[in-house]
Amino acid sequence: MKAIYKREVSSYFNSMIGWLFIAILTVFIGIYFMAYNLFGGKPYFSDALSATLFVFMVIIPILTMRSMAEERRSKTDQLLLTSPASIGSVILGKYFALLTVFLVPVAVSCLCPIIIKLNGTAYLKADYATIFAFFLLGAVEIAVGLLLSSLTESQIIAAVSTFGILLVMYLWNGLVGYLPTTAVGSLVGLIIVVVVICFLLNLLASDWKITGTVGAFAVAIIVGLYLRDSSKFESLLPNALGKFSLLNAFDSFASDHVFDLSGMLLYLSLIALLLFLTNQVLQKRRWN
Amino acid sequence: MIEVKNLVKRYGDHNAVDHLSFTVGDGQIFGFLGPNGAGKSTTMNMMTGYLAATEGDVIVEGHNVLDDPEGAKKCIGYLPEIPPLYPDMTVMEYLRFCAELKKIDKDDRENQIGKAIALTHLEDMVNRLIKNLSKGYRQRVGLAQAILGFPKIIILDEPTVGLDPKQVVEIRALIRHLAEEHTVIISSHILSEIRAVCDHVLIIRKGKFVACDTPENLEEMLSSSDQMELLAKGSEETVEQILMTVDGIQRHTFTEHTDDTVRMTLATSGDLREALFFAFAKANCPLLEIKPRMASLEDVFLDLTDDDDAVAAEAAKLLKREPAAEEIPAQEVPAAEETEKKEGKSDESNL
Repeated sequence: MKAIYKREVSSYFNSMIGWLFIAILTVFIGIYFMAYNLFGGKPYFSDALSATLFVFMVIIPILTMRSMAEERRSKTDQLLLTSPASIGSVILGKYFALLTVFLVPVAVSCLCPIIIKLNGTAYLKADYATIFAFFLLGAVEIAVGLLLSSLTESQIIAAVSTFGILLVMYLWNGLVGYLPTTAVGSLVGLIIVVVVICFLLNLLASDWKITGTVGAFAVAIIVGLYLRDSSKFESLLPNALGKFSLLNAFDSFASDHVFDLSGMLLYLSLIALLLFLTNQVLQKRRWN
Repeated sequence: MIEVKNLVKRYGDHNAVDHLSFTVGDGQIFGFLGPNGAGKSTTMNMMTGYLAATEGDVIVEGHNVLDDPEGAKKCIGYLPEIPPLYPDMTVMEYLRFCAELKKIDKDDRENQIGKAIALTHLEDMVNRLIKNLSKGYRQRVGLAQAILGFPKIIILDEPTVGLDPKQVVEIRALIRHLAEEHTVIISSHILSEIRAVCDHVLIIRKGKFVACDTPENLEEMLSSSDQMELLAKGSEETVEQILMTVDGIQRHTFTEHTDDTVRMTLATSGDLREALFFAFAKANCPLLEIKPRMASLEDVFLDLTDDDDAVAAEAAKLLKREPAAEEIPAQEVPAAEETEKKEGKSDESNL
C-alpha cells in the first residue's frame, strides 16, 4: 500500500492534475472567504465553505478520473494485480493518495478562521468542525470518483459519470421533494428501489437465483408491512431517501453549527461502502 | 514448480483456454508455443493471478493462486505482453516502486535493483523518463521489473517482440543465465525463439493442449519416419508390381510421373529402405531416390497448430506413437531441404 501511495502522490504532483486541483480549490475558497468574511463581515468561515462546495462537482471528477481508468488502459494494472499486494491495499493506496492531494487546500483553508480571529470575533470550534465536515464530504465524493474510474478504461467517461452522480447528490434534496408522499406511492417507490439494488447486486454477483430470491423476499416483506399498516407508508419514501442527503449533514455543521455525529457516520460508512464496491469491481473483472 | 490442472477460461460460450494441464519443473526453461490467439497470454495471466480461471487450479510452489494469491505471487516475476510501465517515472523511480511493491527488504532493495539493471544493461538509462525510452529499452525495463528480487519463477510473455536482432540475442542469453537458478517460462509464436532457448515446449492450439515435451523428443515423435518418398525409373505398373513384393507397405500414392520416372510416397511400418533397395534391384528397375520424410519442429508446429481441425488432428495422431529413436536415420540433406521449403510458409505464419 505504501509503495502505491507514494507513487500516486508523486504522480499527482509531477503532472498538472494535482497542482490544478489544489490551485482551483484554494482560489475558490479564497474568493468566497474574501467575499463573505473579509468584505461581507460574516464571522463564520463555514459560510464561505458551503458556498465553495459546488466547485467539487467540477474538480473532483478531474482529480479522480485517471486513478483507475488510466491504469487499466495502459495495462499497468497487470503489474499491480500480479504483485504480492492485495487488491484492497492497491485501492487504499490510491484513495489515500487522492485524500492527500485534497488535504492540501483543506490545510490552507485552516488558516482562514485564524485570520478572522485576528480581526475580530471568530467561532473557531464551529469553523474547524465545518472544515472537518468539508473534508469528509470531499472524501465521499472522491470515493465516488474512484469507483466510477474503476468501471471504465476511459478517463472521459469516468469524469463525466462522476460529474453526473455528484450533480444528483447536490440536487438530492430538491429531487426528493418531488417524490410522491402517498402510501401507495411509497410502496411502489420502495419496490423500485429494491429492484434497482438487486440489479446492481447482480452486476457484482452475476447470479440471478440469489439476487432474485433476495429481491423477492425484500419485496414480500415490504408488501406485507404495507398490508398490515399502510398509514406508516405515508411519505416514507421521501423521508427514507432524504436521510441519504449528503448536504444535510454538511449543513448541520455549517449552518446549524452542531457536530452532527450521525452525518459523520453517514459519510464514513458511504466511504467504506464505495471503497468496498471498488474492490468488488476489480475482483469481478478478473472473473470475466 | 508450477502445476496447472484442468485450467479453463471461458468468455461467453467461447473457451479461450480449454482444460489445459501441465507441470513446469524446477530449473526448466519452459516455452509456450502457439499461433496468435491460442491462449498463451490468457494462460499466463491466470498463472500469475491477473485473471481468475473459470475452472481448474494453478499451484505455484505449493500455493494455490486463488486461495493464497499473495504467497503465490511472491514466487513469480511477470513480464506481460505489454510492459506495465508508468511513462511519467524514471527507470530508477520505477524500479524502486516495483521493489517496494514486491515487498523486497528495504536493506536489500538497492542491491537487487542494481543487479536487475546490470543484467538488463540499463545502466545508462536509469535517470531517463520511461516515456522517452525506445521500445527495446522499455522492454528491458519491463524485464528488469520481472526479474527484480529474483523470484523463483520468471514468466515472460513474448519477451523479444519488437527488439532488434542484437537485443534478441542478449535477451536469450539473459534467459539462459536466469535459468541456472530459476524456472523461466516464456511464450512465443515464433518457433525459432522457443527452439533456441527452451528445454521444454508446450504447444497449444485454440486453447487446447496439443503436446508437451522437449523439442528433440517432439521432433522425434513427429518426424514421419514411416513415410518415404521414392523416385524410380520405370512405369507405374512395373513399380506397382515391385512394391507388391515388399512386405510392410501399407499404402502408396503416386505423386507425379514423367515419361520414364515415377515419384510416389509410401506409408510403411518400420524402416524398409533396404528391402526396397533389393526389391528394385532384383527387378532391374533403377531407384533414383529414397527419402524418408523427416519433419522439422517447424513442420510439426505448423501442422499441429493448423487452422484446419483435420490437419491438426492428423498431426496430433503421430504424438500417440512411441518415439522410435533408433529407426530414424540421419538424413541431413533432405531434412534441410524440407526445412527450407517450409521456411517461407512459417515466415508468413509469424506475421
